[in-house]
Amino acid sequence: MSEPLIFERSSPGRAAHAQRPAAAQQLSAIPESLRRKAAPAMPEVSELQAVRHYTRLSKRNFSIDTHFYPLGSCTMKYNPRACNTLAMLPEFLQRHPLAPMSHSQGFLACMYDLQEILKDVTGMAGVSLTPMAGAQGEFAGVAMIRAYHRARGDSARTEILVPDAAHGTNPATATMMGYTAREIPTDAEGDVDIEALRAAVGPQTAGIMLTNPSTLGVFERRIKQIAGIVHDAGGLLYYDGANLNAILGQVRPGDMGFDVIHMNLHKTFSTPHGGGGPGAGAVGVSQRLLPFMPIPIVGKDGDHFRWLDEADLPQSIGRLSTFMGNAGVLLRAYVYARMLGRDGMRRVAEYATLNANYLQARLRAQGFDLAFPGRRASHEFIVTLKRQKQQLDLTATDIAKRLLDYGFHAPTVYFPLLVPECLLIEPTETEDKATLDLFVDALVAIWAEAKRDIAYVKGAPYTMPVRRLDDVRAARQLDIRYQPAR
Amino acid sequence: MSNIPAELKYVASHEWVRVEADGTLTIGITDHAQGALGDLVFVEVPKVGRKLAANEACAVVESVKAASDVYAPVAGEVSAINEALASTPELLNSDPYQAGWMWKLKPANPADVAALLDAAGYAKVLETA
Repeated sequence: MSEPLIFERSSPGRAAHAQRPAAAQQLSAIPESLRRKAAPAMPEVSELQAVRHYTRLSKRNFSIDTHFYPLGSCTMKYNPRACNTLAMLPEFLQRHPLAPMSHSQGFLACMYDLQEILKDVTGMAGVSLTPMAGAQGEFAGVAMIRAYHRARGDSARTEILVPDAAHGTNPATATMMGYTAREIPTDAEGDVDIEALRAAVGPQTAGIMLTNPSTLGVFERRIKQIAGIVHDAGGLLYYDGANLNAILGQVRPGDMGFDVIHMNLHKTFSTPHGGGGPGAGAVGVSQRLLPFMPIPIVGKDGDHFRWLDEADLPQSIGRLSTFMGNAGVLLRAYVYARMLGRDGMRRVAEYATLNANYLQARLRAQGFDLAFPGRRASHEFIVTLKRQKQQLDLTATDIAKRLLDYGFHAPTVYFPLLVPECLLIEPTETEDKATLDLFVDALVAIWAEAKRDIAYVKGAPYTMPVRRLDDVRAARQLDIRYQPAR
Repeated sequence: MSNIPAELKYVASHEWVRVEADGTLTIGITDHAQGALGDLVFVEVPKVGRKLAANEACAVVESVKAASDVYAPVAGEVSAINEALASTPELLNSDPYQAGWMWKLKPANPADVAALLDAAGYAKVLETA
């Protein structure tokens, strides 16, 4: 059943206060001169109508709390309730961001500890928590690379290298920072093409942006060699933390030779994301980038914690938000990290990898084609439906839509772009074997349905509030703003 | 099997080139490319007068699945663009070699075209892909 928009429920004069006497609603303290003349274009509904509307919508959510959500490269793991509960303590919630440092020692201590934990687990020399999302973390990272070269008086570096398997955000960030993004091809095994890299580096190279394990779901095996080639050319290495979950506590980007990393705390450190967010894109840096970190950072003098600002880091790339990023989200990441500890973090990577490899092995046994059959999966892997598309006209979109009827959110589809008709599947460490087996059963069942009756699969989903949408028409005739009927 | 007209020249990155009587080149994307991309919803072509280097990414085609760059087959200056694509990107799907042309190029060196693939060469590219 379709749910009308809240605007369509609107009726003139209706309001939340319903039966409350009008005399109690006077806002007479606001001077006449400051009151608006015309009413804002807000829906006029009762409190109960509003509550029911949003409760009904929330019941239709596909979310981690209700469904398996194997969205590749997004690390949609379960967010432990304890993180939320502790971050919601009134002492944290009610601390004003402008409260004096002497009254904020508890919060600052948590942030300092989080910086230290992240430094330790990534092998970096410094961490700033302030970027408010992964994209802002990337922005900060490339801004630091630029600041570093400028501080050395080297203005000849105009290019950032990006493998063709990279997230689209990498070339976008490089371009936004004024660099030309130059693509490096991937070889048939999913590793960076070393000869192409050698040919591309030079005095114009500001750095390279890499995700490891890559978006192809495989670990870049020649990372030390890559680091050597780029460093010898005077460039820096940027680590996109999208897939940090696969190596948490196992391998450290700092040890691989990276100079700067952004961490999606909303992925690896289990804070809410995927529309629920907000995100948090902490950055870590090697020794030579320490002076350029975004502020504020939390420092420690003896037993006293304090904000480090422009006075402490005069070469900082500056501030990225009014205060210190998404403080409440950072607290959740802190609780998560403390609950896991060092050993728990190792288990995160081990189980994320085990789950991905189990799922990969089972799907292979059922006859699905892997994009990189010769490689072990990291925390995610790619199935290609190229053969099913040719034989049955069964596409990645068809499977994605039909999975909804089986009670599973779709994996990432049509990404990475290098692999035709692909499903990028990331189960994360928080799923059990029974769920993974059910997911395999669903994919096998859908393939069998397609062999019997492809039209039926192409009509999916059948059990959702909204059936298959005409995404082409939606894109060609974009209509995203509510217009009241006149 | 996709349509590969014999009279056109091709690039492995799936552009086609037609040499017009006056020496200008008409450029678009192949039938195979439009089929692989699926229904196109947005097309961006280079501005008239822009000077392009060979293999320079100069246009974008976007489907509901993905956005892809389109490259200049040879160096030259853009002399005309297909204005209709802005409002009807589906022309690239329905008629990639005629109504779905993207831009015309005045080649810096007309001899460059000879080095491009012929229909048989492009068919081989598709076979091995």
